[in-house]
Amino acid sequence: MTSQTAAATELAGTPAATVASTRRRRGRPFNAGAAGELVALLVLIGVILVPILWMISTSLKSTNQTFAVPPVFIFEPTFEHYRSIFTNSNVPNSLLNSLIVATLSSLLALVLGAPAAYAMARFEFRGKFDLWFWIISNRFISPIVVAVPFFLLARDLSLLNTRTVLILVYLTFNLPLVIWLSIDQFRAIPREIEQAAFIDGAGPWRVFATIALPLATPGLAVSGILCFVFSWNEFLFALVLTQEQARTAPVEAANFMTGFGVRWGEMMATGTVIVLPVVLFAALASRYLVRGLTMGAVK
Amino acid sequence: MAVTPTSSSADARPLPAVGSGRRRFDPMPILMLGPAVLALFAIGLYPLFYALRSSFQFSQLTKPYLGTPWVGFDNYLAVLQDGLFWGALGRTFQFFLYTMPIQVVLGIGIALLLDGTRWRVLGAVSRVLLVLPIAMTPTVVGLLGRLVYNRDFGVLNWLIGLVGLGPVSWLGSPSPAMITIALTDTWQWTPFVALVALAGLTSVPPDLVEASRLETSRRWDIFRNVQLPYLLPGLTAVLIIRTVDILKLFDAVFVLTRGGPGVSTELISIYIQRVGFRVFDIGIASAQAVLLLILCIILARIYIRLFYREIES
Repeated sequence: MTSQTAAATELAGTPAATVASTRRRRGRPFNAGAAGELVALLVLIGVILVPILWMISTSLKSTNQTFAVPPVFIFEPTFEHYRSIFTNSNVPNSLLNSLIVATLSSLLALVLGAPAAYAMARFEFRGKFDLWFWIISNRFISPIVVAVPFFLLARDLSLLNTRTVLILVYLTFNLPLVIWLSIDQFRAIPREIEQAAFIDGAGPWRVFATIALPLATPGLAVSGILCFVFSWNEFLFALVLTQEQARTAPVEAANFMTGFGVRWGEMMATGTVIVLPVVLFAALASRYLVRGLTMGAVK
Repeated sequence: MAVTPTSSSADARPLPAVGSGRRRFDPMPILMLGPAVLALFAIGLYPLFYALRSSFQFSQLTKPYLGTPWVGFDNYLAVLQDGLFWGALGRTFQFFLYTMPIQVVLGIGIALLLDGTRWRVLGAVSRVLLVLPIAMTPTVVGLLGRLVYNRDFGVLNWLIGLVGLGPVSWLGSPSPAMITIALTDTWQWTPFVALVALAGLTSVPPDLVEASRLETSRRWDIFRNVQLPYLLPGLTAVLIIRTVDILKLFDAVFVLTRGGPGVSTELISIYIQRVGFRVFDIGIASAQAVLLLILCIILARIYIRLFYREIES
C-alpha cells in the first residue's frame, strides 16, 4: 500500500519526482525492498519503545490493572503512584541526593579537568604520554576492584553514607572523561587565535581564561552533560557506600525489590522519574555519547 | 579513526611571546595538571594499592577480634582454588559469547538499515531513539525487566502464550535466567554497536559506494569489500569496550537476579561484591579484585595500543 502511495506522489508533483530521480541515480529500484525496510524500521522502533512505554503505562495503572492477564492496554490513567512516591517515601530525598551528587561531581570534574586538558593539549613535557595513558586507563578499571578499598577508606574517614564520598568517588570516571574529551576541544582551537592574543600582550593564563576556555565551552558543556548522565545512573558505589540518608535514586528504586509484596506501580513511577532527565540530556548530547563511551576512538 | 592526543611537533607551545625564551621553567602546565593528577592519585591509584595491600592480609569484617595479620599469598591461593571464582569467570565468558555476536550482527544490520533508508523521517527518528536504551539507568532497566519477565503477569509470557508457548519462569530457573540477562543486555547495548557502526558507514566516501554499485549488484559484496573495512576500527573498539563492560557488569543483573537462582547468573562483579559486602571477607575480595584488575589492565593496554598508536611513534 505504501509503495502505491509513493508511486502516486511520484506522479503528482515535481519535488517527489526529483526525490525519485535522486533515488534512481543512487541505483536503487524504489519499490523492491522499500516495504521490507519499512517493516524493519517499525520493528526497530517498536523494540526500543515498547518496554519504555510499558514502564510508563504501568506507572499510570491501578494496582489491579498491573496484574491483569491478558495485559490491559486501554485504561484511565491514575497518578496515585506518583502522588504516593512523592509524599510518602524516600524517593524525593534520593532524587535530591542524585541531583546534588551528579551536579557537583560533574562540575568538580570540569574544574579539575579543563585546565589539565589544556595543559595536555598545548604544552610539551616529559612523561606526557605516560600521564595520558594512565588517565585513560581509569576508564577500563572495573568499579568492583576499587569498591572494597573505597568502602574501608570512607569508613576510616567517617565519610560513609555521605554525598561527599559519592561526589569524590564519581571523579574516577568523570575526570578521565572530561580530560579526554576536552583535550580534543582545546586542540581544535586554531593556534593563531591564541597567538594573536599573545602578541597583544596577554599572559598565558589570560589566554587560557579569556580565549581558550570560552571557545571550548560548548564541548566542555557536552562532557559535563555526559558526566551528569553517568553519575546519575551509577549504582554499585552508591549501593555499597550509602544508606538511607545519602542514598541515590537508583539504589532507592532497587530497594522496591526487597521485602514482600512488590509495589510495581510505585516502582515503575520511580523508574520513570529517574530515567526522564537523563534520557533528555543524552538526547541533547547524543552526537557525543558514542565518543564519550569509546573514549574518543569513534567520532 | 585513531586520534592523537598529544602533539610531538615543536610548535606545541603557544608562547611565542617576546622575551619568554629565557625562562627555562614554566610552572603553568604543572599548576594546571596538578589538581587533576592529585585527585586521580587519591581516588584512582591509592585505592588500588590499598586493595593490593589487603589482598595479602587476612581480613574479615565480621571477625574484627582476629585482626588483620599478613598471610602472604594465601588469599590468592584460596581464590585460585575457589570453584565459585572460576565459575563466575566462566559464566562471564559465557555471557560474552551469548551477547557479543548477536549485538555485533544486529548492530551492523541496524546501521546498514539506517544508513541508506528511503524512509528518511523514520530513519531519523530511529537514530534518536537508539540513544534511549544506552542512556537509560541500568538499574531501572533491571527493574523494568522484573516486570516484563514476571512469570505470572509479565507481558513476555503473555506474548509467547499467544503462540501457545510457556509460561516460562524467566528469572526463576537457571538457563532461562542466563538468557534473560543476556536479552536485557542486548536490548540496552545493541544500539551502542549500531551507532558506532553507523559512524563507520558515514565515513565511507559516497563515491566509493556509487562506483561499486556499477560493478556489482550484490549487496553483500559491497558490504564485505567496500563498507566493512571502514567499520572494522569502530567494531574493534566496541568489542574491547564491551568486554570491559561485561567484566564490570553489575547493576541490571544485580537487580534482575542477584546472581541467582543459585549462582546461575553470578557474573564476576556480582560474585566479588557478594564476597566483599555480604560475606565481608575483605582479604579474599581484594585478591579477587586484583586478579580482575590485571585482566582490565591487559584489555586497556590492547585498546590503547590499537587506537592511539600515533602518539607513541
